[in-house]
Amino acid sequence: MMVKKPLEFRLNGTEVAVFADEAENLLSVLRAKVGDLTPKYGCGQGGCGACMVTIDGRTVLSCITLAETVAGADVGTLAGLSGERLDPLQEAFMDGFAAQCGYCTPGMIVAARALLQHNPTPDRDQIIEAISDNICRCTGYEPIIEAIQSVVAQERAGGS
Amino acid sequence: MSVDFRKDIFAKERDDNLNEIGKPTRRQDILGHVTGRSPFFDDHRFDGLLHIKCVRSPHHHARIRAIDTTRAETMPGVVRIIRGSDVPVNLNTLLSLLDFGKDDEPVLAESKVAYMGEPVLAIVAQSEAQAHEAVAAVRIDYEVLPHVLDVEEAIKPGAAVVNETYPGNKFEFYGGNDHQKLRFGDVAPAFARADHIVEGRYQMAPIEQAPIEPNGAIAAPQTNDRYVCYTSTQGLFFSLGTVAKLLNVESNRLHFIGGTVGGGFGGKVDSLCEPLAILGAMLTGRAVRYVLDRAEEMQVSAPRSAELWYVKDGLAADGRIIARQLTGYFDSGAYTRLTGYGVVKCIGHLPGPYTIPNVHSDAYCVYTNRTPATAMRGFGVTAVDFAIERQMDKGARALGMDPFEFRLINAYRDGDMKAHRRLAGNCALIESIQAAAERVDYPLGAEFRAMTSMSGGGGERALIPPTRTERLGMLPAGTSTVEVKTTAPGLVPQFGVDLPVPATGLPAPSPTPTPVPAPKAPETRATTYDYGASGLSAPPAPKEVPPATEPAALTKSQPGPVTPKPRYSRYSSLGNRRR
Amino acid sequence: MAIYKGRGVCAMNYPIGMNLGGDPSQALVHSNPDGKFTVTLSSIDLGQGMKSVSRQVAAETLGVPVADVYVDTADSDTGPQCMGSFASRGTHRVGNAVIAAAKEARAVMLEAAAEELEVNAVDLETDGLGNILVKGAPGRSITTQEACNVAQFKYGQSVSGRGIFLIPMSDVDPDTGEMTTVSCFAHMAMIVDLEVDDETGEVFNVRMNSAYEVGRALNPKLVEQQLVGGAWMGLSHALYETTEPCYPSRDHRPYSFSSYPMPGPGDLASHGISILERPAPDGPFGGKGVGEMCANPVLPAVANAIYDAVGVEMDELPMTAEKILRAIRAKAGRAGDNG
Repeated sequence: MMVKKPLEFRLNGTEVAVFADEAENLLSVLRAKVGDLTPKYGCGQGGCGACMVTIDGRTVLSCITLAETVAGADVGTLAGLSGERLDPLQEAFMDGFAAQCGYCTPGMIVAARALLQHNPTPDRDQIIEAISDNICRCTGYEPIIEAIQSVVAQERAGGS
Repeated sequence: MSVDFRKDIFAKERDDNLNEIGKPTRRQDILGHVTGRSPFFDDHRFDGLLHIKCVRSPHHHARIRAIDTTRAETMPGVVRIIRGSDVPVNLNTLLSLLDFGKDDEPVLAESKVAYMGEPVLAIVAQSEAQAHEAVAAVRIDYEVLPHVLDVEEAIKPGAAVVNETYPGNKFEFYGGNDHQKLRFGDVAPAFARADHIVEGRYQMAPIEQAPIEPNGAIAAPQTNDRYVCYTSTQGLFFSLGTVAKLLNVESNRLHFIGGTVGGGFGGKVDSLCEPLAILGAMLTGRAVRYVLDRAEEMQVSAPRSAELWYVKDGLAADGRIIARQLTGYFDSGAYTRLTGYGVVKCIGHLPGPYTIPNVHSDAYCVYTNRTPATAMRGFGVTAVDFAIERQMDKGARALGMDPFEFRLINAYRDGDMKAHRRLAGNCALIESIQAAAERVDYPLGAEFRAMTSMSGGGGERALIPPTRTERLGMLPAGTSTVEVKTTAPGLVPQFGVDLPVPATGLPAPSPTPTPVPAPKAPETRATTYDYGASGLSAPPAPKEVPPATEPAALTKSQPGPVTPKPRYSRYSSLGNRRR
Repeated sequence: MAIYKGRGVCAMNYPIGMNLGGDPSQALVHSNPDGKFTVTLSSIDLGQGMKSVSRQVAAETLGVPVADVYVDTADSDTGPQCMGSFASRGTHRVGNAVIAAAKEARAVMLEAAAEELEVNAVDLETDGLGNILVKGAPGRSITTQEACNVAQFKYGQSVSGRGIFLIPMSDVDPDTGEMTTVSCFAHMAMIVDLEVDDETGEVFNVRMNSAYEVGRALNPKLVEQQLVGGAWMGLSHALYETTEPCYPSRDHRPYSFSSYPMPGPGDLASHGISILERPAPDGPFGGKGVGEMCANPVLPAVANAIYDAVGVEMDELPMTAEKILRAIRAKAGRAGDNG
């Protein structure tokens, strides 16, 4: 019988309580235990960014994060961004054709949102730096960079 | 990044006044993508989901003497260990659904392994971690065999036999040939009279498609003795048919759901996960998930084939390529998958988009003890086009010509005969070069800026030359030996581009840019654009019919006389039909 | 040590659809009682935009706004057979099947409209905005919603259609290679400018300028997505990627993204693209597939530019800095000749 440990944390502002397997990673807990399917499994090696989430506002790769380390923390995923209204980044990705297969998109938007949270007006190099943990195999990145830049431009213009 | 549309080019052949076509409409799936709600195969949850991990060969080539699963069977969480003998029909070739090639690959190896990473056992366990631990506990006694990794070594006499279905390590093509031939004209005398000979050897790398979503499938028993399978496949019925054959089940007992896939690039055609996931569900009565991890994606899911090409060009001092000879070796890895098919596609692509009167090619699908290759973006074309376009650069240098102008001199045009004996139409290589050049003020000479695909082709360039072949000797000019299939009634017909040619060898009339009336076509054969029902707000076919649909050529392409010849099976091998 | 500039070009075509044919695709189209249409396929959207292209093709053919069409794929219980999304066949084969199915559904819709308007169906046209008009008689019209409704609830007609597209399988002559390959080809040409550091072998400051002929850009933004992303992949193939760096030896194989390098967002080449459209006579509205051909030209154009820069023949892929540097050194200090 596998050892299971109780684990409590906040996911996108809501308290959750689950039993995590021994050495289970955060991605597995989020997808299989909590049912938040927005973080994706891409490599399980911390190499692609498809599983990116935030812990207390910092981006982490959930596939290489031990679930037990988030006890009591605030975990954020893409699911937390779309309530009644979409996040401006989501709108910009739609308008800018910044996704093709859509598999890297959740991690990409989480990375971009975390950046804008800390720095609402990053320059291009800072945007590139912020999404450098996230691999996109489809777009060639340029549309993603431009979509984020368009949100920054809105921010500079005083918000939309 | 800048993108512009050259609406000025080919404007006469186009009606741009459409309602929805040509509009930059948002993607239908984009809201799902940006909210993370798009349902990929792995986004379906089942109670008590089981997981598969495979025991894989650590050797390039080895006989399996014994498999000991005693310890693995009793490990925590292990539900079932699947062996090759559990697979009802444990031998297949991917394109058997098209009756192409012989069955040569097991789902799980039984008597020997032919590449490092080949699956031998599939372990079904309650968690992936438990499956991994059980994989490590299996003991397999291997007798290591000599192996071969180099395509040129593999086809030498005495090389290790990689694939017993093809003991010479070469796929069997049409007519039983161990390579695919292309013969058009006679290269030997052309090389003899050429002013320059340019030769090169080119090596393509094996490349991983690397979609961010890995290959995977989740299968579960459904009501009424059926199985649902959520899959990342690039071909839904292709995978369904493959599973139906391997597991010997009726296709309507399988319910495949997919269509929202996290990238493919050719890497999700092989149906690697579906058969084992469904077999696992059948054997356990529970939902089973089989997903390749990234290391497996990198090394045991099939890569783009490494191709080796030797190319020799004969050039005339005026810039014409008068002969091109290409010998290619596709590294298929241990099994065929799609490589034999890719060789034929490649042969049909040669000699590239240039009109060359003498072309000779032999292309081989070679088995080596490495991961089987498969499709990837540009399949069958990427590597040889690299070789050809390197040759074009070297040729221009040998001639002292501008590399774009050298290409323009040789570019194919409407009405030209291609080496696979079909007329070219709808060509745009010349215009593409001109438009690219204009982007950077590339200095093309005036005569090159004035060239067009729409004139200057055909005439002599439409001829099939006398052709030297090994088995049939010298074929007279115009010889065309493949029966042209007409479209079955009721199906959307084939149209007039890349026309089959008459067997008479008469040159097709030179295309003309002047408008011609739309040809009066047989019932089952349309000849112009399909704009939908008459009365659509979109106007019907453009006034100007593209030259390749020129009526005379089309009429001649109709069933007409065909030189008698021995009939060949469509495929190199028979007996592959399903049940 | 020096930086050398080089320019390379190439030109190519690409076959659209499975070689030799024999690869059908099918589509079903039906209308809800309120004139909203569903296209049912078993085709795969890998990110290339299969759903979106099918939707626009269906809307154009039906004569309704794109918002009135939804594409449902892929479920083998409901969607009819499709060979799959590969060989650049999706737009071409599926698009034609969708046209055939939509034409059939449209004919029923127009017949119902004709009954209501008391005219002959051949005298009707759609405005693409949801209205069916009598040609030359402004004011006499019915909405597509109403026409679909009365077809089903008044005349007992199913506003639906079936479509298949097949190019019959060609033979191949074993002696000459004669065959009917595919029915249409896309075209492209590319100019690459780049710089090579002869001390490290690194290639940098890559600028691509290209022209792609795509038949018809059914959705120009989807075409742009493929061309931009595809050229990125082409550059990655040219300079970085392989699963077997010591091929044919199997040593030093990568097992993760960290040992399988690709250009990241900080390594992008600039790319200027001109798009040409020479409609394919048998393409859906002239469209050709653009998903595969876009990566190919980068490989030789980069190799040709490297030769132009430092005078070494890079005939083996990928053209890593190590290989370029070895070639420069083998050339024994003559790297400056072309500088």
